Amino acid sequence: MSAEAWIKAHFAEIRPKALAALTRRFRDLDLAEEAFATACMRALKAWPEKGLPRDPFAWLLTVAGNAALDSLRRKQSRPDTDLGEESPETALIEEIDQAGLRDDILRLLFICCHPDLPPQDQSALALRVVTGMSVGEIAAAFLVKPKAMEKRITRAKRTVRASPIPYETPSLAERLTRLNSVMLMLYLLFNEGWSASAGDVPIKQPLCEEAIRLTRLLVDLYPGMAEGKGLLALMLFHTSRRAARLNEDGGLVRLEEQDRQLWDTVSAAEARGLLHVALRRGEAGPYQIQAAIAATHIDAPSAAETDWAEIERLYAALYAIDPSPVIRLNQAAALAKTAGPAAALTLMADLSEPLHRYRWYHAMKGDLLLECGCPAEAADAFRTALDLAVTAQERAALTEKLKGCEKKSTTLSD
Amino acid sequence: MKYSILIYGQEGLFERLSPEEQEATLEQHRALQRDLERDGAFVTAKLMPVTSAVTLSLEGGDGQKTLVTDGPFMETKERFFGFYIVECETMEEAIAHAERILVPFHKLEVRPVEWSAGTYDLPL
Repeated sequence: MSAEAWIKAHFAEIRPKALAALTRRFRDLDLAEEAFATACMRALKAWPEKGLPRDPFAWLLTVAGNAALDSLRRKQSRPDTDLGEESPETALIEEIDQAGLRDDILRLLFICCHPDLPPQDQSALALRVVTGMSVGEIAAAFLVKPKAMEKRITRAKRTVRASPIPYETPSLAERLTRLNSVMLMLYLLFNEGWSASAGDVPIKQPLCEEAIRLTRLLVDLYPGMAEGKGLLALMLFHTSRRAARLNEDGGLVRLEEQDRQLWDTVSAAEARGLLHVALRRGEAGPYQIQAAIAATHIDAPSAAETDWAEIERLYAALYAIDPSPVIRLNQAAALAKTAGPAAALTLMADLSEPLHRYRWYHAMKGDLLLECGCPAEAADAFRTALDLAVTAQERAALTEKLKGCEKKSTTLSD
Repeated sequence: MKYSILIYGQEGLFERLSPEEQEATLEQHRALQRDLERDGAFVTAKLMPVTSAVTLSLEGGDGQKTLVTDGPFMETKERFFGFYIVECETMEEAIAHAERILVPFHKLEVRPVEWSAGTYDLPL
């Protein structure tokens, strides 16, 4: 067992806390990143010889603090300036205010979801700064060229520097705003990994894993926040189905057709535990409701035994909080199972306008129309979906359905 | 004489190791479990991360009302005394069990078990 692997794991776990504290102290993100990297290099030399320090976080923070001071001195080219020096051995580290640190970490995450940044740049910046992934790793995770990712991250840092987030302890309302922005960023990061928005790779697993790690960090810092636990539960319920979600050719398998034996019971059990604890607070929000929907799917012994009535109720509750057309569409999908395709099509009637560019709307409409015995109209819907399809697999599935419709239409007209 | 072995460490480190390194760690556990199973009886459990924990205490020193707070038990002046592993459908049920043994100045942490194994039949 190599000690180095454990030491590097320590660095990764400590990084968000350390960068948050260093950014507060030096008010400079780049300086904080550089100083932390120096401290890690020194630790890699010192720790295997001397053993793990009693408080690795304090050690790294002190050494990084000194490295930052050194760097500032060099930049000011005033070598005699006495900016002080701290020794990691005496751990002369100012008492770290845990409550303050909590807000500093939240602030660091919130810097990354700066309102001037597009969502994809927000997650890229968070991955670079907070989790410490290299630009190359982030580019690989997003399936883009390293050069392009480098540009995006540099541009994002410039944007963030141009209008800094204040350092004062946030008010209660401001803290809630920050938590909500950070949760949304993490939710989108997870979704980017879970349902590819482009390209032919259906799951970008590293993005999902980092989103889970950061959400865990948030839940750890704010244990009383039910929605944070709901979000973590939602992600864990989804990942528990990971192994069953891809077939041998790497294509996506629909939930109904997944081999439930392959679902990871440990992740699902943790998600269930989190959701129980969250719901106890009686402050149900969109993430908890989505987690409850995922739980209902996972709790069904087979696809046929899914409690669609419960799922329909949960989507209705979600729609009451967040009246978005995609949620209504999902509610209609559940309603189709309990009340039939005609009822679902009625519920979907108002969605044609807002979802006219949404491929899943047209695909589902096609399925329902076919069930209602209207193959010609179904074919129209599938054709629209085909025009909007993103992955090769989607196109193949829709082409198959279209053929089915055309066959039915000819049989009917014969 | 029975002995307990309590495992302490930092969460999140293991998950960051490479699959080979994780496997090496697990193999240490499996080797011990194999030997314990051969020689007699044991029970082992891996708990869920602390994010899924709640902590129970009695409100005030003389209070009788249970206070349930989200998060793990983290004070350091109290010492680890013992534990129960119970089969429950829900967290509510586990909390209800825990409430029955709650006394002033003690804290109970209720946390889901990730998995458990072993052959220990406690002499009842």
